[in-house]
Formats: sequence, C-alpha cells, structure tokens
Amino acid sequence: MNQLLEAFAWISEPSNWTGPSGILARSGEHLGYTLLTLLIAAAIAVPIGWWVGHTGRGRGLTVALSGAARALPTLGLVTLMGLLLGIGLIAPLTAFVVLAIPSVLAGAYAGFEAIDRGVVNAARAQGFTESQILWRIEAPLGLPLLIGGLRSAALQVVATATLAAYVGAGGLGRYLFLGLKTQDYAMMLGSSLIVVALAILLELAFSAAAWLSVPTGVKVARRGAAA
Amino acid sequence: MSTTPRTVISRPLFAGVGLAALLALSACGSSDPLGGGSSSPAGDTGTASGPAEGQTLVIGSQQYYSNEIIAELYAQALEDEGYTVDRQYQIGQREVYLPEVESGAIDVFPEYSGNLLQYYDKDTEAASAEEVNTALTEALPEGLSALEPAEATDQDSYNVTQEFADEHGLSSLADLSTVGSALKVAANSEFEARPYGPQGLSETYGVDVTVVPVEDSGGPLTVKALTDGDVQLADIYSADPSIETNGFVTLEDPENLILPQNITPIVSDKVDPGAAAAIEEVNALLTTEELISLNRTSVEDQAASKDVARTWLEEQGLLEG
Repeated sequence: MNQLLEAFAWISEPSNWTGPSGILARSGEHLGYTLLTLLIAAAIAVPIGWWVGHTGRGRGLTVALSGAARALPTLGLVTLMGLLLGIGLIAPLTAFVVLAIPSVLAGAYAGFEAIDRGVVNAARAQGFTESQILWRIEAPLGLPLLIGGLRSAALQVVATATLAAYVGAGGLGRYLFLGLKTQDYAMMLGSSLIVVALAILLELAFSAAAWLSVPTGVKVARRGAAA
Repeated sequence: MSTTPRTVISRPLFAGVGLAALLALSACGSSDPLGGGSSSPAGDTGTASGPAEGQTLVIGSQQYYSNEIIAELYAQALEDEGYTVDRQYQIGQREVYLPEVESGAIDVFPEYSGNLLQYYDKDTEAASAEEVNTALTEALPEGLSALEPAEATDQDSYNVTQEFADEHGLSSLADLSTVGSALKVAANSEFEARPYGPQGLSETYGVDVTVVPVEDSGGPLTVKALTDGDVQLADIYSADPSIETNGFVTLEDPENLILPQNITPIVSDKVDPGAAAAIEEVNALLTTEELISLNRTSVEDQAASKDVARTWLEEQGLLEG
C-alpha cells in the first residue's frame, strides 16, 4: 500500500505536471501518438475491411494475415523499425499501427458481415447501386462494430505507446523507463496509473461513440423487439 | 583506449538482450530466480567433490552478455581447480540479484566497482579507481567481500563520430565547450539522473547537453542515432566492440566525472582462499582490451559464453585439465 500512496503523492505533486517533460506534456504526447496511430490504422484497415465485408472475398487471407500480425511482439518491432528508420517517432508509430490494424480490420468486416443479408438484397432489389449500398446501408449499420474494433485497438495502443520512449520519442513511457532504471517506483507506478486513466478515458469516449453510432431506426426496432 | 577505425562490420542485432531485460524486469519484485526446484543449467557433473568438500559455489551474472562471459570465466577457472559450480546467469539487474547475493543464495558475482559502490552509497565522493575500491570494501554488507579488481573496466563513456571529432578537434570532454552548437546525447533515460549525466558534465566541464533517451543501453539503436547524426554524442559502455567497429572517438575524462567500473568479483564467505585465488588469477589477466575482444567474439560470431570463455582461458594458459 505504501508504494501506492507514494505513487499518488508523485501524481499529486504540482511541479511534476508542468514543463516540457511534465505529466501534462507527456500525457498529451501519449494521447497524440495513440490517436495518430488509430487514424493511420483506420485509413489502412477500414477500406480493406469494408471491401472484404462488401464483396465477401479475401476473408480467409485477411483473417490469417491480421491474426499473424497480432502475434508480433511490439517491442521487437519497435527495435527493428528503429534500426531501419533511426530513432524518433516514425519507428514506434509504425509498430503501433501494425498492432492496431487487426482489431480495426476485424471491426470493419465483421460490421458488414453482421448485417442481415435480407436488408442488403432488398436495397439491391430497389435499385440501389453498389456504392449506395456501401454508403447508405452497410457503412451506417456496420459502424457500431467498427467503433468496437477501434475501441479495442485504442486500448492496446494506449497501453503499448509507452514503448515510444524506448527509441527517444517521449510519451508517458519516459517515466516508466526512468523510474525503472533509477529505482523510482513511485514514478513508475504513478505514470502507469496515468496510462490507466487515459485508457479509461478512451473507453468512455468510445462507448459513447458506439452508442451514438447506432442508427435511430435500429434503436427503435430494438426497443420494439424488447417491448 | 584505442579508437583506431577498422573495417566496418555490420553488427548483429543483439537488441534481444534489452528485450529480455525488459521482460524479466516486468516480473521483478515477486520472482525469485533461485526458487522453485533450482533446475541448474550447469554442465558441471564431472567434478563431484572440490576442495571445499563437495560444497557447490553458485555463480550469478547480470542480464548482460558481457557479464555472463566474465561469470563463465570464473566458473570454468573454478571447475578447473576442482570446485563444483552452479551457474545462475542472466538475473535481471542489481535490485533483483543483490538481495540474493546478500542472502547467501549466490556466492560469486562479477560486478562493476563504481556502480556497485553507488548502489550502497549514493552520495559517495570516491572518484579514482583506488578510492572506489577502498570505499567499496567499507560499503559492502556483512558477509560479502570484494576480490582484487581487474584492470578491465566497462563503464559509461561519451562517444562522438570520427568526423565530428576531426571537425571540432575533440579529444576530451573539456573540448566540447568549444563546439558552440547545441549538443544532444543518446543514452538510457536514467543517464539524466546520473552524477555523470548532463548536470555533472555542466558542473565539471561547463558543457550543456540534452539527453535523447534511447533505452537499449548503448546498443545498436544508440549507435545508429549517432551514425545517423540524430545526436552528436552517445553513451556507450567502454568495453562495447561497436565503438571500435564504427570508429567512434571516446572522449577522455581528465576530471574523473565518470566513476571507474573495474570488474570486481563479489564473493560470499563460502568462497575459500583457493577459490578466491582461482578467480583473481583470471582477473589479473583481464584487461579492457581482452574484455573488448571477448565481447567482440560473442557479438560478431554469436558464440556461446561457454565457448568464448573456454577459448580465452586456454589461450591464457589458465586451464590445466
């Protein structure tokens, strides 16, 4: 318990919060890396996932590849990328994107697959073009599951973004490494708690987004079914 | 130390060392490396009863390949004298293994004098190798003693590229004050808090640097940061062969800013005079040049510590059997 108290003391020390290597700045970096990773991962994985979900093609390959990517140890990847690209943000960011893609990809195509085929076929029968089906039927109906994928990716990345500090890129990992090497366990535990707080924050934001993303019609239908 | 540039050989990735260290450290606090059945990886079945009447000497090493080689040197020298040895290598860092050494679970551990002294006495004022050794003898807890240190050191050192040294005429840390531009040093993050870090450099030599934290302890990422020009200085252990491989210039430290880290065996009471003599015999021949060449064999040939140690001991004529 003593360790925990010291960790809280570290967090509540105002002088630890300010300055270029203060908690605020580091948390900003950390959150920034996480969001940037999600943005890049989404830009890559959402089109692929939607294509797989829409056409039903390449599913086996995508599942196998993204499953394999999940097994990659991120620290190893950070080191490897660092050796190829040098120190800085690009190397860890690449590794985080690789970490985030499988969840986002799974969310994107699972969202499409979960849609009642009857709905899609009805739209097609009414003369919807393929692109209209994609944007007006599949994308909105698949959105909650896509957000679920982003949510689980965000959780993984926010925890793993501590590794950015391994190659000089900052973030809350700075405190973890510094605390570890200087036997300042209050700093280690304190910064871990802040990572946890960021993770909870992201969870809340994503669960709100997931709730908002359910189309009104679906909500009404669900309520009707429940009644 | 010699810093003659030689043929550039691409270095294998032993960043795995750092990786493994991280994994092990994540388990520290609760893990007892010696607990749970103590399945000894030792191949030491030949000599059942040594001079210490069958007593087994446990030899530990840090999670650092070079430290394991030194431990293996001691282990084979002891076996050659008829002692039975139990090898317990790759045990995390000081916070993890020193309690085991203090409790008597480990009998022999190759240590680095300056850092060990600072572990026991954070505010030590010792600076030279002799002062460190004297202070260490006093600082060690009951039941532990330090044997005669080797000439070999393996310590933090400030390195620059040959081009940068030529451009600014650098040979010592004091020369850095003439460079004029902002200086960045790649090092582990704890470097910032160390007495020989930025603050010490500023106080002793009047040179201001900022730390770019790269957490692989002077490994390939740190080397790359220096060769890429992302930083002007890099903290690399002085016995690391990459300094020579890349033709880096190690800046001299005339004011003893960096504590000397002579290889010093820490032993328990179970180590009798005969065993101590066997270890000290190895230590007497261990110079920094020899240590670098041992490390080079390990890194570049990917040779196991056992083979690296055996070859060296045979070359030095330390093995009888």
